[in-house]
Formats: sequence, C-alpha cells, structure tokens
Amino acid sequence: MSGRDVLPIVVIGGLLALIPFGVASNTLLNFLVFTLIIAIAAQGWNVLGGYGGQISFGHSAFFGTGAYATAILQVHAGVNAWLAFGLGILAGALVGLAIGALSFRAGLRGSYFALITLAFAEVFRIVANTIPLTGAATGILIKLDARPVNFQFHSRAAFFWIGLVIMLVALIATRALERSRFGAFLVALRENEDAAKALGVDTLRVKLGAITLSAAITGAAGCLYAQYFLYLDPTIAYGVWISVEALLAPIVGGLGTAFGPLIGALTLHGLGNLTSLLVGRVPGIDLVVYGILLVLVIAFAPTGLVGLAHRVRDRMRQRTALSAGAA
Amino acid sequence: MFAPDIILTAVLNGLLTGAVYALIALGLTLVYGVLHIINFAHGALLTAAMFAVLVLRLTFGLDPYLAILVLAPTFYLAGYALQRFVIGPASHGSDANILLVTLGLSIIIENALLALFRSDTRSIDVPYGFSSVDIGITLLSLPRVIAFGGALMVAALLWAFLELTDTGKAIRAVAKERLGASLVGIDVEHVYAVTFGLGTASLAVAACLLMPSFYVTPRVGNAFVLVAFTIVVLGGMGSIPGALIGGLIIGVVESLGGLYLGESLGQIGIFVIFILVLLLRPTGLFGAKA
Repeated sequence: MSGRDVLPIVVIGGLLALIPFGVASNTLLNFLVFTLIIAIAAQGWNVLGGYGGQISFGHSAFFGTGAYATAILQVHAGVNAWLAFGLGILAGALVGLAIGALSFRAGLRGSYFALITLAFAEVFRIVANTIPLTGAATGILIKLDARPVNFQFHSRAAFFWIGLVIMLVALIATRALERSRFGAFLVALRENEDAAKALGVDTLRVKLGAITLSAAITGAAGCLYAQYFLYLDPTIAYGVWISVEALLAPIVGGLGTAFGPLIGALTLHGLGNLTSLLVGRVPGIDLVVYGILLVLVIAFAPTGLVGLAHRVRDRMRQRTALSAGAA
Repeated sequence: MFAPDIILTAVLNGLLTGAVYALIALGLTLVYGVLHIINFAHGALLTAAMFAVLVLRLTFGLDPYLAILVLAPTFYLAGYALQRFVIGPASHGSDANILLVTLGLSIIIENALLALFRSDTRSIDVPYGFSSVDIGITLLSLPRVIAFGGALMVAALLWAFLELTDTGKAIRAVAKERLGASLVGIDVEHVYAVTFGLGTASLAVAACLLMPSFYVTPRVGNAFVLVAFTIVVLGGMGSIPGALIGGLIIGVVESLGGLYLGESLGQIGIFVIFILVLLLRPTGLFGAKA
C-alpha cells in the first residue's frame, strides 16, 4: 500500500464529489445515491466473491442486518443515529462471522455455499417478517427529523458525499487487502483451495476474515439505505434483489478488481435507467437488461468491463508499438 | 393441541403438495446428478411453464391436463436448446459460471414475464377446480389428488427411462464417468442437453398439474425453487428416490409447520432443515458419499 495506490482513489473521489455542484436535479442525485448504496454493497460482496472466490447468494443477510440494526437501535432504544450506524456495521459483520463460521467450518464450497447463504438470508427475511421488533410485514419507520445530529439532511447532496466517503473507505480497504499478505492468501485460496492449504495457509481463518470484512462493508450499505430512505420492510432489507445486485455489479464491472463494483453498479443502473427511458416504465425491463448483461459478460468478458478495458488498452499499446517499429 | 383428524388432514394435504414439490425437485436433481450443476433457472422455467398453461387455456380453451401433450415436448426442446446453445457455451465449463449463467437466465425469464403479464396474480377456471374426493376421514381436493398421482407417475416414468433405455444408460454413464463415456463414443454435450431437456419437461408437467389448483405470478417460481433445492439437498443431490421421499417429507413439514407456527413462520421449518442438512450431512439421505 503506497501513495500510488491511494492517489487514483482520492482523485476519482474528489472529482465525483464535485457532481452535486454541477447537478441540481434531485432525480439524478437520487439515482446517484442509490447507485452508491448498491456499489458499496457490491464492494463488500467483491471481497468474498471476487477476491476469495466464495460466491454468496445471500448478501442481503448482511445488508438487512445493518439496515435493521440502525433503525431498531434508533426507534426502540433511542440510540444516536451516528452511533447506531456504527453498531449497524458491527451487527452486519457479526452476522457474517456467524454464517461464515457455520458454513466454512462444515466445509461448504461452491454451489453449496451459494445455496446455504441464500437459505440464511431467507431465514432472516421470514423472522423479520414475523417478529414485532422489526415491525413484521408492516416494516419500520425512522422518525423524520432532518438534523445533522440525527444523520438526516435536507439536501440529497449530503447523503451523496457520505456515501462517497464510505465508498472511498471501502475502495482503500480493498486496495490495502490486495497489497496485504491476507489478500494474497485469499487469492491463493480462490485459485486452488487445496493447494493453498497444502502450502500452510489457514484457509478457514482467511475465509472467516474475508466474510466478516465483506459483511461489514455490505452492512454499511444497509445502514446508509436505512438513513436515506428512513423506511425498511423485510422484502427491502432481506430481499433477494439486494443479494443479486451485490453480485451483479462486481461480475459486470470486473471480479476481484478494486474498481469493478463501482463501475459495474454505475453501468448496470445507467443502462437500467436508459432502458426505462427508451421503452417507458415497463416493470422488470431493466432487470431483463441486467440478466442479459450478466450472461454476456460471463460468456464473452469473464474479467468484466475492467478486464475488457485492460485488453483494449494492451491492444492499442501493441499497435502503437508496432507502428513505431515499422516507422 | 389439535385434534388427531386435523393433524391427519394436514399430513395428507402435505403429502399431496409434497408430491408436486418432488416432481419439481426431480428435474433439478436429474440435472445436478448428470451435469453436477445447480440450475438456478429452474424456478423461472417453472413460472414460464405455468404462464404457458394459462395462455393455452385463455386463448385456446385447452384443458391444463391435455396441455401436457403440448408443453412437455415444447419445454423439452427449449431446455435442450438452452443447455446446448446458451448455458454450455457461455460457462466455459466452470461451475461458478454455470451457477451465474443460470442465475442470469432466471432474472431474464422472470422479469420478461413480469414485463409481459405484470405482477397480477392469475389463475385458471376449470369445471373440476373445486371438486373434492371423500376418502372417509376427510375431503381432499380433486386437482391435488390428480397432481399427486401424476407426480408419482412421472417419477416412475423417468426412473424407467433411465434404467431401461439406451439413452437412459448413456445419461447414467455420463453422470458416473464423463471422460469414460466420451471415450466409448457417447456425445457428452448431447447427453447434457437431453438431461436438461428432461428436467425442463418434467417442470412443464408439474406446471400443468399445478395450475388447476394454484395461481401464477411472475415470481411464483421463487417460492418453489428454494423448496426444490431443499428437497434435492435433503434427498441427496442426484438421487431420484431421494427427491421423491424428500419432497413428501418437506410437504408434510411445511403443512405441519403452518399448522403449529402459523403461515408466516411455518416456512422457516424448510430452511432450517435445509441449513441443518447442508451443515451436518451434505450428501443428504440417499446421496452417495462425496
């Protein structure tokens, strides 16, 4: 981890932070905040799925836990919103650790791991749909009181900046992970778990660390969602939609790359909105586009858009080198 | 506590539902047993088949049971084409990719149906929709009894097909030893596609058997697919008797869970079973040792 690693992230963050000054449209800011929330959730998924190769279909368990913890602590315990936000992230991380401890200790990999995470997320959804603490199917409402001390703001731009900061922290954490010993173990485990184990990597510990970090980041996305929309119900917080969004963005953007989730989320939601503009508000049509994109990326660009960009750049370089050689 | 006859009725109804679950799980387990993949599009394909039954009924007045004759072959071909031309080539042979490609397909199918039919809940009217059979202790809904019988019949047919025909033998050969099968001249890609087609065709049959007593929405498959995964895991991935018995068990668990815990929390029993089986005995009740 050096200045060269952090600098591009800070520059990109700084440029993105200027957007609200040029854009007054609430719709666009709304779109950007929502896309940022998805990108943060996806950044979390990418730690476990992209770098560690453990594909989860149940990241809504972490998103929802973060979101509900933030809301419940404020509504039922009167905890300050900022503190609730931090505790929400912690709650998400703990759920990640618990699910990881159960599934990885049992040696579940591949499809089995994907299925058990899905099942855990469903259990959370059903419980949240039943018990009074979460407001059951009616959901839970955080009282509107737009003051900074409550983590509520009149302007959407404020949420955009906060989302951006969380995104940047997650990006830097991902970069640090890439450069660390732990990150190298994680990638080794993705490439060949048995070989990594044979070489002395404590695979269980590495996986537990990865799922905890992953859940904390995705949990933070859930906390931000709760503060921004001030309303949750079981299908929002623990629904399949967020699990799918969290995995689509990194795959489309570039699995196991720091910027993949952000690029993926922006591309997917940009395309989704464009489709809605073109064909009108037909329900589900944006998701059809997502699904097609997912299949196309896996078929033709397994390294995602980031990988595609690298390939194009390499080819251009080759060409300039060739023409320089010919001249 | 409930009276014994209420519990008995719940168990019987659970068995009826369980047979249809088993039929849905059958296709999933067959595909898993041979291709060693989890077909995530299974639920969406079921939804598509249910809408096909609905459309055939509304436009041609075709009886759902007769629709089996049209839809089973159609869905066989659709499944064959999907595996041969989309899932196979797009996944480059990696399990994780297959999982994601089938997830992508399920998103496409489900939301295309949503765009076409909107999220309204629909059902079809058949003259026998509310008929019932008196078996002495309790009344059972006629369409559900038919579905029960139909599901068992399809399971028996599928089993006989795998055991007795040459194609069945080829499928079993590929399931056991892929390389060996291709060495003796079996076209593995073709067998994969046939298996996927059979799985999809059994979904079409399940849809025809379900529709007289059930409703359809673009998201209805989700409810079934998780149950089907549970059954497949419980019965042992790839085992046909396992799917059948697993289906019946899950049907009864769901029914009794609903009785004792209420509809909302009742579903939790299924997932708890699912998680426990995965954690404690991932090979299921009838699965071979991994």
